[in-house]
Amino acid sequence: MAAAVFFGCTGIAFGPAIALVLLTVAKEPLRVIVLVAGAFFWLVSLLLASLVWFVSVRLSDRGDAALQRALLGFGAAVSVLLQELFRFAYFKLLKKADEGLATISEDGRSPISLRQMAYVSGLSFGIISGVFSVINILADSIGPGTVGIHGDSPYYFITSAFLTMALVLLHTFWGVIFFDACEKRRYGCLGLVVASHLLTSGLTFLNPRYAASLGPIFIITLCTGLWAFVTAGGSFRSLLKCLSCKQEDDSRVMTYSALRVPCED
Amino acid sequence: MTFNRVTDFLASEFSLLTMSEESEESVPLLPLQQESMASALFNTDQNDNSERRRHDNSGRRRNDNPESETNGQPQNNIQQVVEQDEEEDEELTLKYGAKHVIMLFVPVTLCMVVVVATIKSVSFYTRKDGQLIYTPFTEETETVGQRALNSILNAAIMISVIIVMTILLVVLYKYRCYKVIHGWLIISSLLLLFFFSFIYLGEVFKTYNVAMDYITVALIIWNFGVVGMICIHWKGPLRLQQAYLIMISALMALVFIKYLPEWTAWLILAVISVYDLVAVLCPKGPLRMLVETAQERNETLFPALIYSSTMIWLVNMAEEDPEAQRKATKNSTYDKQAPANQTRNEDAEADDGGFSQEWQQQRDNRIGPIESTPESRAAVQALPSNSQTSEDPEERGVKLGLGDFIFYSVLVGKASATASGDWNTTLACFVAILIGLCLTLLLLAIFKKALPALPISITFGLVFYFATDNLVQPFMDQLAFHQFYI
Repeated sequence: MAAAVFFGCTGIAFGPAIALVLLTVAKEPLRVIVLVAGAFFWLVSLLLASLVWFVSVRLSDRGDAALQRALLGFGAAVSVLLQELFRFAYFKLLKKADEGLATISEDGRSPISLRQMAYVSGLSFGIISGVFSVINILADSIGPGTVGIHGDSPYYFITSAFLTMALVLLHTFWGVIFFDACEKRRYGCLGLVVASHLLTSGLTFLNPRYAASLGPIFIITLCTGLWAFVTAGGSFRSLLKCLSCKQEDDSRVMTYSALRVPCED
Repeated sequence: MTFNRVTDFLASEFSLLTMSEESEESVPLLPLQQESMASALFNTDQNDNSERRRHDNSGRRRNDNPESETNGQPQNNIQQVVEQDEEEDEELTLKYGAKHVIMLFVPVTLCMVVVVATIKSVSFYTRKDGQLIYTPFTEETETVGQRALNSILNAAIMISVIIVMTILLVVLYKYRCYKVIHGWLIISSLLLLFFFSFIYLGEVFKTYNVAMDYITVALIIWNFGVVGMICIHWKGPLRLQQAYLIMISALMALVFIKYLPEWTAWLILAVISVYDLVAVLCPKGPLRMLVETAQERNETLFPALIYSSTMIWLVNMAEEDPEAQRKATKNSTYDKQAPANQTRNEDAEADDGGFSQEWQQQRDNRIGPIESTPESRAAVQALPSNSQTSEDPEERGVKLGLGDFIFYSVLVGKASATASGDWNTTLACFVAILIGLCLTLLLLAIFKKALPALPISITFGLVFYFATDNLVQPFMDQLAFHQFYI
C-alpha cells in the first residue's frame, strides 16, 4: 500500500513535469543548463524568504499560535514576491545570454529563442518548487504510518500530489506569460501573474478544505494555461494543425531548389 | 594502518577541473597533439586553435627530425585545417560549451546519485565505527568549544598530510622515482577496486538480507576488480572506463562520509577548496612545480585518474607500440609517466586538479615530442576510426579529475546523511554544485587559464547546505505541516 501511494503520488505530482523534461528539455544541452540555473535562482529566492521568515519568527512570541500562522502567511507572501522578483532577474540574465549567443552564432540567431527559454525557466521553477514542497512528504509516504491519525485529513498525500502538479504547471505557464510580458513591457500582465501566484498561494491556506482550495486552483491552472498558450502564439487553428499531423508546405523547399547547384556533366 | 594510509592516499585523488579537449578536427595522425589542454569550455575553440597553433609550431620543429619526415605532409595539413577552422570554430563555441557542461553534469550527477542512494539504504555508511588515523581527535566532547577545537585540529592534520604527500610526490617525480609512484598507484587501485568494493558488496547484501556464499562473492569481486584495473589503467570501452571511474569515486566518497566526523568533514571541505584555490593560482605551489617539471622534461603527466568523456588516444597508442627501442624507452617512460601521473593524481589532492588542468594547458608542448614518432604515427594511421572522428568537430571531450567527483559526492552524501531537512538539503546542495561547476566552466572560458574546480562548487554547496538546513527546512516544514504552498 505504501509503495503504491508513493508511486501514485509521485506520478501525479511529477508526471507532467517529467514528461515535459524528457520530451523537450533532455536532448538539448542549453535547455538543460537553463533548467538547472532556473532551479538555482528559485532556491536563492527561497533562501532569502526563509531568512525573512526565520528572523520574524525569532523576534516574535513563539507561544502565540495565531501569530505564528500569520507570520507563516507573511513568509509565504514574501516568498511569492521574491520568487517573482527572481524570475524577473532570471529573465534579465537570459536576455543577456540570448544576445551573447546571438552574437557568436554563425547566422546571427541564437540557438535557443527567448520563448523557449521562457518555457524552460518556468518549468524549472515549477519542478524545483514542486520538489521542495512535496519530496519529504513523498519520502514519508513509503514508510509505515497512518495518514491523519490525529484528526487531520486522510487525503493529505493525494491532495498534496495534485497541488504539486498544479503548481508545476502553473509555474510553467507563468514563466511563459511573465517573460512575454517583460519582453513586450506589458506591466499589467506582469501584475496579473504576480497576483495569480499570490492568489494560488493564498488559496492553499484554505487547506484542508480541499473543495475550496483545489477546485479554484485547478480552474486558475486551466485559465493560465490557456493564457500562456495564446501568449506563446498558439491558436485554435494551430492546435488543429498539430493534432491532424498534417505536413505543412514548406516554402523553404522552393527556395532550396531555386538555389540548387547545377549538376556537373 | 595500511587501510588508513591507503584511504588517505586514495583520497588525494581529487583534482581540479581538467578541461582538456581532445579535438579531432585536424588530421588524425597525431591524436595526442589533438588533445588540447585545459581550455575553457565556452571558448574552447579559441583555445583549441591557439593550442593547435602551438602544436603545429612544435610540430614544425619536429619536422626537422629525420623520424618525423614520413609524416611531414599531414602536419602541414593540420596547419591549414587549423587556420580554416578557426573562424568557423568561434561561432560554434557556445554550442560545444553547453554540450561539454552536460558531459560533466551527467557523470557528476550519477556519482552523487550512487552515493546518496547508498547512504539512504545502507546504514553501514552512516554508522560511526571509529575515525581515520588522520583525524585522531574525537568529536564526542562535552563542550561545543572542545568539539570545535578538535575538528579544527583534525582538519589541520588532514590538510598537512595532504600537503606532505603532495610534496613527496613532487620530490619523487623530480628525482624520477617512477617505479615507486607506479607501484604506489597500482596498490591503491587494487585496494580500491577489490577491498572497498568487497566491503560495499557485503554491506549491500547485509542491508537486503541476501544470502550469499564466499565463492560467488570471490568470483564477482575478482571479475569486477580485474576488469576495473584493465579499464582504468590500460584499455577498455569508454563507457566501461567511465563507469568504473564513477564507481571508484563513489566508493572513495563513501569511505570519507563514513569515517570523517561531521564538523571535521565540513571543515575539511572548506579548507580543501581554499587549498585548491591557492595551489592552482599561486606561483609557488607544488602543483605548479610539478607541471613545470613535467614541462621541462617534455613528459606527459598521467591522465588515468581523470574522467574523460572521449577516448584517450595516447594510452592506446603507447601500449600498442613496443617495437622500436627508442620508442620503447619513450613508451616505457610514458607508461611510467602515466601511472606516475595517476599516482600523483591520487596523491595530491588539490594539486591534482590544478596540476592536471595546467598540465592540460601545456600538454601540446609536451605531447608533440613524445608523440611525433614514426611508429606512433603509423599506429595511429592504422586505426580506422580516425578519419571519422577527425571530421566530426563535435567529438571533443572533456575531462574532470576524480578528486572533484569525490568531494562533490562527499558534500552531497554528508548532506543527505546528516541534514534534518533531508531531501530538501540534498537537492539544494546538488543544484548548488551543478551551478558551481557551470560557473567554473564559464570562468575557465573567460580566463583561459587553469582554475580549480572545487572552490566555487564547494562554497555554493556549503552555503546552501547550512542555509537550507537551518533556514529553509523549518520554513518548508511548517508550510508542509499546514499544507500551504508557496
